[in-house]
Amino acid sequence: MTRTPSQTVGPFFGFALPYGGGPQIVPQWQPDAIRIGGRVLDGAGDPVPDALVELWQPDGQGAISRETGALRRGERGFCGFGRCGTDGDGAYWFSTVKPGPVGGGAPHAALLVFARGLLKPVATRIYFPGDSEAHATDPVLSLVEAQRRPTLVAVRTGDRQYRFDVRLQGENETVFFAL
Amino acid sequence: MSDPNPPYRSSAYTSTLLRAPARPLVLPKLGPDAVEASSPVFGHHELGALDHDLTRHAATEPLGERIIVTGRVLEPSGRPVRGALVEIWQANAAGRYAHLADQHPAPLDPAFMGAGRCLTDDEGRYRFVTIKPGAYPWRNHHNAWRPAHIHFSVFGTAFTQRLVTQMYFPGDPLFAHDPIFQSVPEFARDRLICGFDLDTTVPQWALGYQWDIVLGATPAEGAAG
Repeated sequence: MTRTPSQTVGPFFGFALPYGGGPQIVPQWQPDAIRIGGRVLDGAGDPVPDALVELWQPDGQGAISRETGALRRGERGFCGFGRCGTDGDGAYWFSTVKPGPVGGGAPHAALLVFARGLLKPVATRIYFPGDSEAHATDPVLSLVEAQRRPTLVAVRTGDRQYRFDVRLQGENETVFFAL
Repeated sequence: MSDPNPPYRSSAYTSTLLRAPARPLVLPKLGPDAVEASSPVFGHHELGALDHDLTRHAATEPLGERIIVTGRVLEPSGRPVRGALVEIWQANAAGRYAHLADQHPAPLDPAFMGAGRCLTDDEGRYRFVTIKPGAYPWRNHHNAWRPAHIHFSVFGTAFTQRLVTQMYFPGDPLFAHDPIFQSVPEFARDRLICGFDLDTTVPQWALGYQWDIVLGATPAEGAAG
């Protein structure tokens, strides 16, 4: 059967898709919580203020969660999914835990970005600094030309804080995957 | 199988020009144990009992033509996807979204917010009650109008299947003039158009439309064949 084609999320999803607690996969007060934040930027380097960012990741041990509760936080265990609309500066954030390794790869989170002007989402991965040994053998990272790999690695900006910018186009365009 | 998706860069839709990735995508060989081979799961306890009925989100009923939109979420094999989260949002009957950035000088309807959610049942079926959205102008080019549509967001069983799209209504004269609809390869455009269905229509109450959603293959299925 022919798949249903993708269409842009458009500019007017803000009242429908983002929800309270969406970025907060774990509470910020949790001792092992980390914060991942960054900006979505267009080909001119300008912020994309109408993007929707979704994050999906395993737990700290590398297990994929089968828990519900992403839409209503706090009732269940770790569910691994977060959603955040970008603000006027193109900024998004998540409070989560550092993912554990899955299937022999280096620890990473999967990221999808939807926006007006994107007829289909861009898919990327957030890897973490400090795992460089694992990066050298990661089966997906090793498909990426070495000079573009840094676009997939978050920058540590403080204690348990990481920055990961998504550049849709232009110099240092983020590596996107065909899923 | 041919790719039914639009390209990132579609010059008639001007917002794509600075947002479309220009570098080739990297094609990862994802195994069934990849993070993207799984998907978040959602439960009924997270949804409100009336989330699927957009005509009952205020004290009074919204203005417009009441409709039922229903269909199944399917794997490419035709197997239903059970428990899939389906989210919709749309303009009101006058073509205005309940969104601060929508400046179209058409009336807001205080009885219509225009957002809903549901989970598919054991046959993969979703069902919404809403009103038919209006067409509305946008600034892409001179005299640009979007055909009436309902936005859909769907989760499958793998993050690779994540789909955000728009459902259109049959026979809309604006199809030929809409660069977003036209961005889809011609063979796949019909997939975006629902069908009027008399059996779904409820006498003396609401017109019925059917629209099935077919997701892409999961990495596990891809590996199997």
